[in-house]
Amino acid sequence: MLFNLFNFTKRNTSLLALLLLVSPFMQADWFALNMTRGSTNISNEVFELHMLIFWICVAIGVIVFSVMFYSMWAHTKKKNPVPAKFHENHKLEIAWTIIPFLILIAMAVPASKTLVKIYDDEAGDINIQVTGYQWKWQYRYLEDDVSFFSNLSTDLDEIYNLVPKGENYLQEVDEMVVIPAGKKVRFLITANDVIHSWWLPAFAIKQDAIPGFVNTAWTIVDEPGIYRGKCTELCGKNHGFMPIVVKVVEQAEYDEWVFAKKQEAIKLAELTTKEWTAAELVERGESIYEVNCVACHQTSGQGISGIFPALAGSDIVMNKKDRNIEILMEGVQGAAMNSFSYLSEVELAAVITYTRQSWGNAEKGDGEIVIPKDIVDYKEPKI
Amino acid sequence: MSAVIENHHDDHDHGPAKGITRWLYTTNHKDIGTLYLWFSFAMFLIGGAMAMIIRAELFQPGMQIVEPEFYNQMITLHGLIMIFGGVMPAFVGLANWLVPMMIGAPDMALPRMNNLSFWILPFAFFILLSSLFMEGGAPNFGWTFYAPLSTTYAPPSVTFFIFSVHIMGASSIMGAINVVVTIMNMRAPGVTLMKMPLFVWSWLITAYLLIAVMPVLAGAVTMMLMDIHFGTSFFNAAGGGDPVLFQHIFWFFGHPEVYIMILPAFGIVSHIIETFSRKQLFGYSSMVWAMLSIAILSFVVWAHHMFTVGLPLAAEIFFMWATMLIAVPTGVKVFNWVATMFRGSLTFETPMLFAVAFVVLFTIGGLSGLMLAIVPADFQYHDTYFVVAHFHYVLVPGAIFSIMAAVYYWIPKWSGNMYDERLGKLHFWLSFIGVNVTFFPQHFIGLAGMPRRYPDYALIFADWNMVSSIGAFLFGFSQLLFLFIVIKTVMGGKKATDQVWEGAKGLEWTVASPAPYHTFSTPPKVD
Repeated sequence: MLFNLFNFTKRNTSLLALLLLVSPFMQADWFALNMTRGSTNISNEVFELHMLIFWICVAIGVIVFSVMFYSMWAHTKKKNPVPAKFHENHKLEIAWTIIPFLILIAMAVPASKTLVKIYDDEAGDINIQVTGYQWKWQYRYLEDDVSFFSNLSTDLDEIYNLVPKGENYLQEVDEMVVIPAGKKVRFLITANDVIHSWWLPAFAIKQDAIPGFVNTAWTIVDEPGIYRGKCTELCGKNHGFMPIVVKVVEQAEYDEWVFAKKQEAIKLAELTTKEWTAAELVERGESIYEVNCVACHQTSGQGISGIFPALAGSDIVMNKKDRNIEILMEGVQGAAMNSFSYLSEVELAAVITYTRQSWGNAEKGDGEIVIPKDIVDYKEPKI
Repeated sequence: MSAVIENHHDDHDHGPAKGITRWLYTTNHKDIGTLYLWFSFAMFLIGGAMAMIIRAELFQPGMQIVEPEFYNQMITLHGLIMIFGGVMPAFVGLANWLVPMMIGAPDMALPRMNNLSFWILPFAFFILLSSLFMEGGAPNFGWTFYAPLSTTYAPPSVTFFIFSVHIMGASSIMGAINVVVTIMNMRAPGVTLMKMPLFVWSWLITAYLLIAVMPVLAGAVTMMLMDIHFGTSFFNAAGGGDPVLFQHIFWFFGHPEVYIMILPAFGIVSHIIETFSRKQLFGYSSMVWAMLSIAILSFVVWAHHMFTVGLPLAAEIFFMWATMLIAVPTGVKVFNWVATMFRGSLTFETPMLFAVAFVVLFTIGGLSGLMLAIVPADFQYHDTYFVVAHFHYVLVPGAIFSIMAAVYYWIPKWSGNMYDERLGKLHFWLSFIGVNVTFFPQHFIGLAGMPRRYPDYALIFADWNMVSSIGAFLFGFSQLLFLFIVIKTVMGGKKATDQVWEGAKGLEWTVASPAPYHTFSTPPKVD
């Protein structure tokens, strides 16, 4: 889906030229100059702290530079041909060591106090495990057994300047994290592959998502609304394309949402036992491929030479069904291919079938399909 | 300080060899200094070209010029080349030219090693740049190469990157040992430690920092090599390793590295401000102590680069306070420069313009650094363009302006010719405007919420990104003027006097201009 240069040739290039000219001015924002005031008590406190140290720094700068600029104006060779002889003055030197020291303490004390408040790792009313993947976020609601992925939903054509960019360009996802207003929500942040970082400016939360570690952060948001954030640790090529969107709703709406998510999960479980045809699996698999696989293996199934292997014409994909399943379940040690065992049985069966049936693989290989039961059997081997 | 006593009895005295072998086999500190300086300038242009690609892509939202994959290779190589190929070799080149002349020594203490430490550098960068043409592309994990992105998930060229870093490290360590041995053993009689010029002091401290931390970097990349090829799991959580360990090791190298790139600048700027103020430096000994304190503190602040990795509260507070403490000796330096200028007799030739701009813009970078030390606020600043603005303010109008100031200041001594003052001032003003138009708006972009290392961004950041790119093009192309000025000066121009600058003090100004191939074969007498 993302970054397929071939898309360029299919589109109207004169439209592109026009949009290149006008697009940046449609949303002119010369006033995006400062940190925005936060939406929680903590983020407000952080904003105040930021403004305090900012003005202290401005004051120091103004004092130092005005002495210097005065000297540059008043003590030129023309106006002051004979330089003064003074050097070293212990009183002055002690003063300019002690005074900055006191200013620093004045800054560090409130900062430490705020920090202590942020470092509260008590459990929340709601606990959500956040897992970073290349290049998407997974959210798992620990109390409710609800789990889903959140992917960038901005269209590729917007990124490649083929259509006008929407209001929330690069800040929109296919599924938002929903949390209730006024409740303490704790995030348990980790990663599956490389290091990511979960940043939500309005909550003043930025915590690195590190494989093998669980970092915590918490928030209480009173105002319902939609809050947007981003990944802030370089995590590979689509680092800039895995935004975060949190939707804060009233408790009642939240409960409804949780109920609906649970119903969805039950429906999905039913699908596992259904009789599948190849065409149905391929259709379902294509959309899963576009979300999970295309960034590396590409729409064409050709991969990227030297980094990401091609699936089109691959012996494993064409002829070795069992190994094919194993790779998706376990990943490939020492390579960028991770385990995708977090996908459902239906999703896994569909996406494997899609790769085995596409790009001429079915004709060249054995053409067998994989059904959800194959995945269930892999997970629970018969004794 | 007294004049040189020329020695006319030295039968072995000879000029430079002819042709290419002069440069290949040279053990002369001046030749090696020249090699280092030209090499660093070449790297500055290559790294700068990459910056132009980055800013061109960021000129507008959307992907226009490069793919994200290649963009990541550009930011990685830009950082590595500018740090290890641009700034560091330029300072080593200055040290080679100036340290022996400033302390009255005939050459560096270890001339053969000096030759080696330079000539392995081009190979290191050849290897690094060649990775652009390898299958899978060049390193794409940022100059900080955090594991596991740089190990399990790296392109195959990472092995060449590791080898290249090893060579750079070896070169730096050899260069640093040479500086330490020279300063400790070859000072002319009377040049006591507390009489050494500040540039020599700054390099002595820098050299110790290099010797302390370059092996740590070598250790980090070796552990990566083991993880990638020999089945270890230093940084692989799945094998019981620890990705955060990598960051601790890296920044234990990385933070002193930051001071390696700024301490020699402190030395240079102190000389230039003293000269063009025609007044003695306000506090020599406090300047020395400030540099020593900064160097020592640089070993206990590394984790301020890691406030968001989930450190325990006590660690966050310790590293916040320790980091803020650095503002005290840094402030002492800035106040000293201002006090030196105060009631001096100031003129503003090109080196002084660069030095004054250094003081102002480095201070701005220092103040934003102080803001970044405040942990709760850093949660908002970390890994945004605010950080990019901060470290470019200390590195471009900091380190790089000081190098340019040094070139304008000492090139009459090196070449025997004065540079063109009008062109020099033009170069300064273009660079000064360019640097501020480029990097000042990045404070806004960062505070408004744009993360660094993003090839594309939300529309709210569009306007200031465009301004920043325009500034970057101005700054980038102005540097071709610098190249022209340097070549013009080397080729000819108004002859320089031995003293060159009215207010200049120090042994290097007592020798002829251009400095003879061998200086101080017999040590000068210093009171």
